[in-house]
Amino acid sequence: MDFEFSEEQQLLKDSIEGLLGDKYGFEQRRKVLESADGWSREIWKQYAELGILGLPFAEEHGGINGGPVETMIVMGTIGNALALEPYLPTVILAGGFIRRFGTDAQKNKYLPQIAEGKITGAFAHTERQSRYDLFDVKTTAKPSGNGFTLDGQKSVVLNGDQADFVIVTARVSGNQRDKDGLGLFIADAKANGVSRRGYRTVDGLTAAEIQLSGVKVEADAVIGKPSAAYPLIEQIADDGIAALCGEAVGVLAGLTEATTDYLRTRKQFGVNIGAFQVLQHRNVEMLIAAEQAKSMAFLATMMVNEPNAVTRRKTMSAAKTQIGRSAQFVGEQAIQLHGGIGMTMELKTGHWFKRATAIDIQFGDADYHLEQFGNMGGFETAAQGKE
Amino acid sequence: MDLNFTKEEIAFRDEVRDFFKKNVPADTKRKLIEGRKIEKADIVNWQRILNKKGWAVYQWPKQYGGTGWTPVQKYIFLEELQRAPAPDPLPFAVSMVGPVIYTFGNDEQKKQFLPRIANLDDWWCQGFSEPGAGSDLAGLSTKAVREGDHWIINGQKTWTTLAQYADWIFVLARTDPKAKKQEGISFILADMKTPGITVRPIQLIDGGKEVNEVFFDNVKVPYENLVGQENRGWDYAKFLLGNERTGIARVGISKERIRRLKELASLEVSSGKPMMEDARFRAKVSEIEVELKALEMTQMRVVAAEGKRRDNKPDPASSILKIKGSEIQQNITNLLMEVVGPFALPYAEEDDASSNEFPVAPDYAGPLAPIYFNYRKVSIYGGSNEIQKNIIAKAILGL
Repeated sequence: MDFEFSEEQQLLKDSIEGLLGDKYGFEQRRKVLESADGWSREIWKQYAELGILGLPFAEEHGGINGGPVETMIVMGTIGNALALEPYLPTVILAGGFIRRFGTDAQKNKYLPQIAEGKITGAFAHTERQSRYDLFDVKTTAKPSGNGFTLDGQKSVVLNGDQADFVIVTARVSGNQRDKDGLGLFIADAKANGVSRRGYRTVDGLTAAEIQLSGVKVEADAVIGKPSAAYPLIEQIADDGIAALCGEAVGVLAGLTEATTDYLRTRKQFGVNIGAFQVLQHRNVEMLIAAEQAKSMAFLATMMVNEPNAVTRRKTMSAAKTQIGRSAQFVGEQAIQLHGGIGMTMELKTGHWFKRATAIDIQFGDADYHLEQFGNMGGFETAAQGKE
Repeated sequence: MDLNFTKEEIAFRDEVRDFFKKNVPADTKRKLIEGRKIEKADIVNWQRILNKKGWAVYQWPKQYGGTGWTPVQKYIFLEELQRAPAPDPLPFAVSMVGPVIYTFGNDEQKKQFLPRIANLDDWWCQGFSEPGAGSDLAGLSTKAVREGDHWIINGQKTWTTLAQYADWIFVLARTDPKAKKQEGISFILADMKTPGITVRPIQLIDGGKEVNEVFFDNVKVPYENLVGQENRGWDYAKFLLGNERTGIARVGISKERIRRLKELASLEVSSGKPMMEDARFRAKVSEIEVELKALEMTQMRVVAAEGKRRDNKPDPASSILKIKGSEIQQNITNLLMEVVGPFALPYAEEDDASSNEFPVAPDYAGPLAPIYFNYRKVSIYGGSNEIQKNIIAKAILGL
């Protein structure tokens, strides 16, 4: 048992922190935020130079073979800096499907390009009715010719507005809420029949509604078996959850530390307000919530490659519940303790809070995962009664 | 970074688990599971079983009878002990006065007391709190005045847990009334049979009498019962209070309690179905399980860091463990009471409780409300949770 980073991991941490520390000052970030794309292709190139765009990929595909701990390190730094680039949708989600489940041809086609920063991707899954259930898919995939024709409507697709390729979930067979019969398809974002309406999300990132109308994909665009994609979707959702947990660690540390700094410097009644016990205790409660979240981020990181899906999903649900609860508490209290200035867009605190709020919602909020966790039986089993 | 136990640690865990499975007396185990009163004999008997194995004072240095285990091994041991479940070795003896004696005491004190602590030949109680000195412990007013070869102690201690069983008490007493309040205190050992010591039981809201007032009326104690130096007792008290780092979260006990909770919640029926299938109740159980898993991981982080620390100072993060651990324990006792619904109401006198006869069925219901009441103590003792927050604010946040 060892919670310390290896030398290589520490090096990775230092280099990504160095880059983002350099590029993501408050004013610099505001400029990126206000740009047309909403993120910086120049910084994206530097991610590529550091190797983090191929972080989890094999070396033969331009990657550096990083594991979950490396991903946690990168995501934590992104969260602390509030970097705006589409790392999660491109490297973890879209890239994750291809690296884990793609054919050699698919890997050779996409992964090196992602690693070099030439293309970005998106995971088009959520639909108007599906909420957080991963199996609830109406979009259809009908066999046609050599491949399939996709029809349907996808919502809140992260990086969906600018992605070069999109991984789409669609129903090959069965009913809307069946776990069987789902397929995964790689579609070119500019293919005929794809129309996109891009927008900003509340945290300043970008997303899109994507309409698929008779979109033709070839057989070589299918990931895994065309009607047995559900376990694959679960795995990538768990990768997403683990990554979000890691990101939340950076966000919550930022909020907690910024609040402590503010308590140390803001004067009222002739003293630093950190002298007031009621504020000290609130800040301590924020720290505890942030530490509990960090602990669960470690656990999620440790369990994300667990092959037993029930064990893995249960742990991810527990982690996401804790992250969501902590994110809400720490975020709200950070605003409260900052007072008026916390309400403005002029301080990073408010931006962190909005990202924390979005993290809770993505891939299922705390209440959703709490219920999932309970449905899967929780961690402890009932004692065998000798009543 | 590797969050798994090593092969050796897993083998150690299996060894410890197996030992507890075979050696915890069935009757004691039943009492713990059912939340019934543990008798003095249960604790003494169990600690002697542990001592025979060489594990009663596992956390002490090897030269005084300890095991030399790593922090991770100690953590595993305690976790398994609590999960078994088995009683903790008597904390006032093993985790409190023992370490003070081997760290600050003289050779004769070590020789006289340490082996008897390990075997629980002497039952110890803690003479710290006073009616006027709770969270502000250094404000204590019990006095010890030197007269020749003796101390004369006068004053009153309170909240003294299980003093009714005690052979010895360790007392914080003011020995220099003119010094600043932290600087005039000494740490003195007193035989409970000494004339002038009186014990008065206090009935608590659970109906039981586990704590007492202890009165000192011209109690004459040999001078050599002083531990360490005169007027340095506050340092020893701080050492004592910060000593118990890893066990403080009581994760193992909470896990065992959740298993019991799930058992009872599958037996008890609400609106025609087991409580455990009620969405709202299950969500409450799940909420606690998630918090407990996070606490377990936080505790492992503290333990892993402890193995790398060079100083011997308590980690302020252990205050986080105390706060979360106590909240979780309390929430579980609340749900255990909720499970039995109206059958939480019938009250059994403590004496009846030990006879296993409750006035109404189900017989597992009787102790649940009293335990809920009793567990309000865990956020008060050992430095209240508000004091712990003061510690974190100062030591970690620098406020």
